[in-house]
Amino acid sequence: MAISRRHPAALLAVLIAALGTTGVAYATVASSSIPKAVAPSQTQISQGNDLFKEGCASCHGLAAQGSSDGPAIIGVGAAAVDFQVGTGRMPMAAPAIQAPSKKVSYSVDEIAALAAYVASLGAGPAIPTQEQVSSSGADLALGGELFRTNCAQCHSVSGRGGALSWGAYAPSMLKSSPKHIYEAMLTGPQSMPVFGDKTMTPSNKRDIIRYIEELQKRENPGGADLGRLGPVTEGVFLFIAGLGALIAISVWIGARAR
Amino acid sequence: MSIVTNPKEKPATVVGAAATYVDDRLASASFTKRLLDKVFPDHWSFMLGEIALYSFIILLLSGVYLTLWFNPSMTEVIYNGSYMPLKGVKMSEAFNSTLHISFDVRGGLLIRQIHHWAALFFVAAVSVHLLRVFFTGAFRKPREINWVIGTGLLVLAILEGFAGYSLPDDLLSGTGLRIAEGIMQAVPLVGTYVAMFVFGGEFPGNDFMPRLYAVHILLIPGILLGLVTVHLIMVFYQKHTQFAGPGRTESNVVGYRLYPVYMAKAGGFFFVVFGITALIAGLVSINPIWLYGPYTPAQVSAGSQPDWYIGWLDGAVRLTPNWETTALGHTISWNLLIPALIVPGIMFTLLGLYPWIEAWITGDKREHHILDRPRNAATRTSLGVMALSFYGILWISGGNDIIATQFNLAINTITWTFRALIFIVPPIAFVITKRICLGLQRRDQDKLLHGYETGQILRLPHGEFIEIHAPISDEEKAVLLSKQDIAPLALAPSADASGVRNPKGLTGKIRGRLSNWYFADNVAVPSDEELRAAAEHAEHQLHAAAEQGAISGH
Amino acid sequence: MNEIETTSNEPYGSAEGKDLVSGRPVFPLKHHEPRRADIDPKAAKRAERQVSAMFAASSALLMAFVVAYVKVPSDSLVQIPGLGTVGTSQVLLGLCFGLGILLIGLGAIHWAKKLMTDVEVTQERHALTSTQEERDEVAAIVKRGAAESGFGQHKLIRRTLLGALALFPVPLVVLLRDLGPMPGTRLRSTIWTKNIHIVTDATYQKIKASDIPVGGLVNAVPANLLEIEEADGNINARGKASIILVRMDPSEIVSQQGDGWDYQGIVAYSKICTHVGCPISLYQQRTHHLLCPCHQSTFDLADSGNVVFGPAARRMPQLAITVDSEGFLVAQGDFEEPVGPSFWERG
Repeated sequence: MAISRRHPAALLAVLIAALGTTGVAYATVASSSIPKAVAPSQTQISQGNDLFKEGCASCHGLAAQGSSDGPAIIGVGAAAVDFQVGTGRMPMAAPAIQAPSKKVSYSVDEIAALAAYVASLGAGPAIPTQEQVSSSGADLALGGELFRTNCAQCHSVSGRGGALSWGAYAPSMLKSSPKHIYEAMLTGPQSMPVFGDKTMTPSNKRDIIRYIEELQKRENPGGADLGRLGPVTEGVFLFIAGLGALIAISVWIGARAR
Repeated sequence: MSIVTNPKEKPATVVGAAATYVDDRLASASFTKRLLDKVFPDHWSFMLGEIALYSFIILLLSGVYLTLWFNPSMTEVIYNGSYMPLKGVKMSEAFNSTLHISFDVRGGLLIRQIHHWAALFFVAAVSVHLLRVFFTGAFRKPREINWVIGTGLLVLAILEGFAGYSLPDDLLSGTGLRIAEGIMQAVPLVGTYVAMFVFGGEFPGNDFMPRLYAVHILLIPGILLGLVTVHLIMVFYQKHTQFAGPGRTESNVVGYRLYPVYMAKAGGFFFVVFGITALIAGLVSINPIWLYGPYTPAQVSAGSQPDWYIGWLDGAVRLTPNWETTALGHTISWNLLIPALIVPGIMFTLLGLYPWIEAWITGDKREHHILDRPRNAATRTSLGVMALSFYGILWISGGNDIIATQFNLAINTITWTFRALIFIVPPIAFVITKRICLGLQRRDQDKLLHGYETGQILRLPHGEFIEIHAPISDEEKAVLLSKQDIAPLALAPSADASGVRNPKGLTGKIRGRLSNWYFADNVAVPSDEELRAAAEHAEHQLHAAAEQGAISGH
Repeated sequence: MNEIETTSNEPYGSAEGKDLVSGRPVFPLKHHEPRRADIDPKAAKRAERQVSAMFAASSALLMAFVVAYVKVPSDSLVQIPGLGTVGTSQVLLGLCFGLGILLIGLGAIHWAKKLMTDVEVTQERHALTSTQEERDEVAAIVKRGAAESGFGQHKLIRRTLLGALALFPVPLVVLLRDLGPMPGTRLRSTIWTKNIHIVTDATYQKIKASDIPVGGLVNAVPANLLEIEEADGNINARGKASIILVRMDPSEIVSQQGDGWDYQGIVAYSKICTHVGCPISLYQQRTHHLLCPCHQSTFDLADSGNVVFGPAARRMPQLAITVDSEGFLVAQGDFEEPVGPSFWERG
């Protein structure tokens, strides 16, 4: 056999270099921020209008009337925009059954401008105030009851989310802020239904937020929670770690000592 | 004949005195002698049944502790314990007392988790032990009855586990009970009556938890204890099977005596199982009922699954399409009957009857105390793997929504995929396993005839390159030559010489065909002549190698 | 250069003969190789120290358990890398107890492996079948007993005895009759009746039509539910009467189970899955599909609750609703088909 003059790791190095170069090049070229075309003296609504035309109109229509790629958003309210754009769900990277939350594309001011613009198109839920979403004084136990009745069937009792039909899913809320949780309940983003303020009062919403904050602490009196996925992970752990350890020890017992 | 107390020696130690006291009343010396001297064969896979036994003991012990605090009543109370997120919430006494154990009894949560983890271990160990017994053919004569007892133990263990995790009356297990009630209700003719009688009315009622408690702490443990005792007595009396090896025959047991070696190893293993269970129970959370909340039929959590050993039934229920027939004012829910009653019924029946099924096919009426190597029983092993793959797909299907969220797939696609795989995978698993077994058999035959490859290459005078093979060790020969060739049964003739039809003709033919299929392809053990010829050939090769100076000696 | 053992010309090599039962060759027991501790007293001493150390550590841990039990409050939490935020008492008690017992086991096994005898012993099996003489004796005893009792002879005794014994289990079965009521028509109705107000689950507030926005979901129950639960002393009524209200644009409703059963686009459906009874309120606003988390049955609430996926065979029962004089939502009556899973007599 001919002696190879290549180092054994050469192929690996080439692969890593190629992938790295491609990745860096792409990241540089496809910038995630939308260029600002706003003069600092414009009002918030017109600023929002400009931002809307650049980043949203291609799917939602120039007058937010909707198109084949996106629904009409007249009347969704500032709260909906604050939620969708504030969690990075919008702008959507590509049409899909669900917009996942990802890196936020706009600054705080820009989001406010967009929200103001959309709110100006038709009456809808406003962005909740700090007081409205504050959980101090909220009823933790009632929050739990409300959560288990209204939220757990999609988001699971642990708040880590669950599967919906055809590839959609209820996302985890373990990292969500109180404001975004409130806005989601109020505006019913994507598959989520709307929980109006009359049937789920602002006080109820705060109770739920209080309970979710408790879930977010992820305190487990019983030990490591294996992701809070329930009996499935418990079973996997049992076979791999538990039975694995016992069988390993059995093999040790049966082996000849030297 | 008169009973005369023979003058015996006075015992010198306390233990001796105690033993004498007992012996004077029970003549226990001969039993004790047999017991302490008993030889048990040594193999790690024989300890799987022990894991099950010890887990059962741990369950009994931790279970008794739990009964000291648990209240199986469904009477509604308002929670007033130390877990704040549930303060003031209405719940049953059962759930309330479980919270009390978890938060207000020191060490209570540890005991609860030991109990629950031990239950998972129990069923897992019984299952793995069953697989070991199946794949090594330890269920053959004279151990068929023990196999049936074992199957019964498995079914009872599964039911007991389901009852156990339903007792705390939390949202997750209550959902499981609702499903169980729905299945009961779906049984034709008597379903609604059964459901009403079991629950004392409609679901969930007030009577079920106390009844379930009696079943869980008294009825099933009692039956389990009885069956386990018989199971162990049979193993003791019939003596354990052993793997083939040097010195091992069908008429002996080779290993170590119960006293002291097995007492130390098996006794020690009890503490190991208990210790590992307690360690896991202390470090890893299981069934956090406080997150689920008390059961109410108006709430449910996304990602609801039963404990692992019921997973295959849940998966079957998820996969079965929505078949239901309505006729003449009556409804038959095939979508429930098939996955929850018919399929498991068939599976457990086949499992329990398997020793007789195999004996009928093979016509093997001999006693077997030496275990089969799985590769040597290729058809049995392949059937086992096929059944396991069927079970495995059902099991995974039970977690289809967890798979969907974890791997970003659509539930609907997963469901359809598994519906297809449940038919496609098992036959493929059968074929692949069969080929692997036969390949291994050929390798064994090769080793017997040609020895093992030494890695040394030799060039013969006429230019040919060969690899020097060395004969295998005696230990390996003992194992490889233990393989028994069983001839397939002859096809029964359909009529005798005078043309009289054979009443057993059809079954005989079926049996013959099955027998042929069972043993077809099995690689025969080399005959004495073949072995002798091979040994001579090896001699020549080694001579040639020695002459060449490649190896010394000879 | 390598030493390679020669083979003899016997087909089985150094076999000692054949197994009388299986016919396979029998090889002699492997020669016992002594362990280090068997021959080297220093190794034996080291093994002894190892075993004793394990037992001693176990004792220390079991005592530590008592200290942890007394000292550590049951509600304190601690952050442990790899485990997260966990109960301090739980982890400490588990470690002390678990490791403590584990070490007893490991010590005993180590002792057996290193120091106890490891010479393999052979013990003969005893026959697991009796001799023909013994079997004949048993048969003779059974025959004699039968003759002495006259069981075979006295037909009348035999028949009446069997008759009585056959009837013995009957009282035992009959006594179980009062385990529960006859099903009757229980499964066919719920507590919903005409004009009962629909109230929110968990907060029990009446609902006006204008309270529910388009795309909204409300988990609801009958207004008299709590009263009935109190009177019955159980939560059975909730298990059948729980409903969900969803609102769509009226133009989106393709079909309903009855004319005028909705109110301005608000439809009420049972919450109890027709597959095996899990409560469903996984309402997906955009598709109007209701998904059951248990076995993924999916119902289209814009189309009479018909099944669109999954193992449920029947559509979700719809509750006809309207409003009272003050504008609060009320039921028009009970469901017109049984709620929940199927049963034999359902029809």
